[in-house]
Amino acid sequence: MSDNAHKNKSQITRRKFLAGLAAGTTALALSGRNADGYIIEEYFRQHFKRLSKDDLKKILADLEEELSFEYGKKATVKATPPMDNVVFGYALDLSRCIGCRRCVYGCVNENNLSRNPEIQWIKVLEFHKDNKKWQSLEHSNRYYNPEKVPQKGRFYIPVQCQQCKNPPCVKVCPVKATWKEPDGIVVVDYNWCIGCRFCMAACPYGARNFNWGKPSIPKEAFNPEMHYLGNRPQYKGVVGKCTFCIQRSRVGRYTACVEACPVGARKFGNLLNPKSEIRYILEHLKVFRLKEELDTNPKFFYFFSMGSSVKS
Amino acid sequence: MKRINFVTLLCLVVGFLIFLFYPNGIFAAHEETMHKAPEEEVPFDIPVEEIAKYLAPMNKYTLFDSLEITSCTECHDEEWETNPERRDLDEPHDEIPGKFVNHDSENRWCLDCHSEKNRDKFRLMNGKLIGFNEYYILCSQCHKRIYREWKMGVHGKRTGYWNGKQEYMHCAQCHDPHDPPFKPIKPEPPPRKPENVRVITQGTKK
Repeated sequence: MSDNAHKNKSQITRRKFLAGLAAGTTALALSGRNADGYIIEEYFRQHFKRLSKDDLKKILADLEEELSFEYGKKATVKATPPMDNVVFGYALDLSRCIGCRRCVYGCVNENNLSRNPEIQWIKVLEFHKDNKKWQSLEHSNRYYNPEKVPQKGRFYIPVQCQQCKNPPCVKVCPVKATWKEPDGIVVVDYNWCIGCRFCMAACPYGARNFNWGKPSIPKEAFNPEMHYLGNRPQYKGVVGKCTFCIQRSRVGRYTACVEACPVGARKFGNLLNPKSEIRYILEHLKVFRLKEELDTNPKFFYFFSMGSSVKS
Repeated sequence: MKRINFVTLLCLVVGFLIFLFYPNGIFAAHEETMHKAPEEEVPFDIPVEEIAKYLAPMNKYTLFDSLEITSCTECHDEEWETNPERRDLDEPHDEIPGKFVNHDSENRWCLDCHSEKNRDKFRLMNGKLIGFNEYYILCSQCHKRIYREWKMGVHGKRTGYWNGKQEYMHCAQCHDPHDPPFKPIKPEPPPRKPENVRVITQGTKK
């Protein structure tokens, strides 16, 4: 008797289980745009490069809806493609930089970076002129906080992603979640990144940042103009980096740090245009790149406009 | 045996075709979407007459109060007697000699730049009078290299578009003409040191 009852119970359970499974799957498949459907869609989302145009359109629309709801602003997420015949380059005038960190916060606001945990894509390093330690970036001070800058006997080197032509971070990524775009910008697919941080170990400039927690962005400071590979809010457990403000530069605008710099030390433009200001700097002034011996071939140049000879 | 060979061959061919066309299809689609750069080009080495087109509006970025440009001839009219002597000035110009220390004060006095006859004009070295809005020509008399670099986009700040419409900030928007060097400013707060960082995750109490 008891055996029979047990048998019956077990049969019913299996049947119930299968029916429930079928019903559940159907419900999920039919659920369309509700939260569960979105999570499943996100889980099975393809790599950015393999997305079809229709899929990408749908993903961007979903993202816009989600972010508009979360931050209470009409958000736009675009996937503006690179321009033809454009490779971006950057130059920074070290003789003008006063270390005021306006660029750092210009970047944080533009790129929707997390305030807590704090993430900053630009690091301004302070060096002493008198001791010989300035030869190494590791001997710099990132936490200086005097009343006024620039201080006597100090100089400042802002460091951000150098957008290498030969990027070591791209080589080490085990899932190809980061790659170099045709216009030279190294980007990250935040949905494809698995958070292994190999790229952070490989980058000789410390330019990549890991989201240790869910990014917190004040609603009033949220920037609603976004790019899928750029300044959309990142996720907990993924790596982010400077993208030369891809949402701005791909539509022709200067980056946020260029516009934030009060002394005009930052220069940005198209390396392939012989009439651009960046080309003038490369052709006429003495420039150098950080850690050139590593053969990373950065597209980020440093120069001194004061004290270097100018050929007319 | 023949059948196995046929199946294997079919698989190989299909696999090869997928390999050949699938990635190509993707990358072709990706490249098709590349759009062309706008044709408008940034002017390079602009002639002096055309610079005014690119200047940022006056007072938009002015960092100091002393350059609220009003008409100087309201006071310095034709009846005003000019005293060319070097001296301590009275109000409202009493601040200027003190500031002037940083701009070759030993060899310079008001009337080297301001026209004696018409105070609403600047006077170049050759005696030519120019309007206040063209004062970068006045600065370029001594600072020729800076002027050239400014026109090329090396010196100074530009905002707007790297491949289109730009606004140049001009000399007096960053430099006080009577006291040109940059003044030290308060830096923005430093990042938190790693030992002071505490990530507040969901579920943990503050």
